[in-house]
Amino acid sequence: MKSAVVVFPASNCDRDAAVALQRATGKAPRMLWHAETDVPDDLDLIVLPGGFSFGDYLRCGAMAAHSPIMRDIVRRARAGTPVLGICNGFQILCETGLLPGVLMRNASLRFVCKPVALRVEETQSLFTRRFKRGEEIKIPVAHGDGNYFADEETLDRIEGEGRVALRYAPGANPNGAARDIAGILSENRRILGLMPHPERAADAELGLTDGSKMFASILEALP
Amino acid sequence: MKARIHITLKTGVLDPQGKAIGHALEGLGFEGVSEVRQGKVIDLDLAETDEARAREQVRAMCERLLANTVIENYAIDLSQ
Repeated sequence: MKSAVVVFPASNCDRDAAVALQRATGKAPRMLWHAETDVPDDLDLIVLPGGFSFGDYLRCGAMAAHSPIMRDIVRRARAGTPVLGICNGFQILCETGLLPGVLMRNASLRFVCKPVALRVEETQSLFTRRFKRGEEIKIPVAHGDGNYFADEETLDRIEGEGRVALRYAPGANPNGAARDIAGILSENRRILGLMPHPERAADAELGLTDGSKMFASILEALP
Repeated sequence: MKARIHITLKTGVLDPQGKAIGHALEGLGFEGVSEVRQGKVIDLDLAETDEARAREQVRAMCERLLANTVIENYAIDLSQ
């Protein structure tokens, strides 16, 4: 599997994502600077990492969504190239319109940084196929703007289409997200945006390992 | 021309920052503020001198970058 991690100014989880990908696939991902205009043709997976791209100016992810490299990424994503957006990457995917809705300021107005309990709602995706439906997992979050919002009609639609991949477990919603949504899939199920950081839960020495199942799922789907 | 863009949260979108400001005002003893909504103002200096063209240009900027129309409304004021 050939993967790439995009690096924006003030990305800060790009190397963690690269380590997790390398560990899962045995191959180092390409690191793509945001100012590049073309994505290599042979990529099986593009990762938009966590961080605070462009200092969260204007809105989280709004500037990065218009970085030069994003034009090609949006084009490829629409054509079916899998994209994983973690935290700031999820915010960027929403700002590009590849995923519906928006991540707003946490309802508490506080930055939250802690492991949270999640429920895997959908296993019909290349990111979640190794999990069991309804399985409860623990993955850290670290964000100030993770409060997922979309209008009721959009929420009903993505729920009806089975696109809510991950939900905060009952009582564990750390940010006020609508319907406890922690991660959603695109219509073609090849794009996943999620607020929790699977790359921070992929090494036993750091405590949590549930995130490694996501990378194992991706490798299984895209050998 | 100069353009001033007011960006505000749509009705029904929760505004925790506005709520916090409301609580702070109450704490300072200001009474009778039933709701606070926070937004932002963006000022632009434009080379365009025709009002209709300037409005169209700024509208496109709002749609593509300055506002997220999932949660925000925008209003454009133009002046010479």
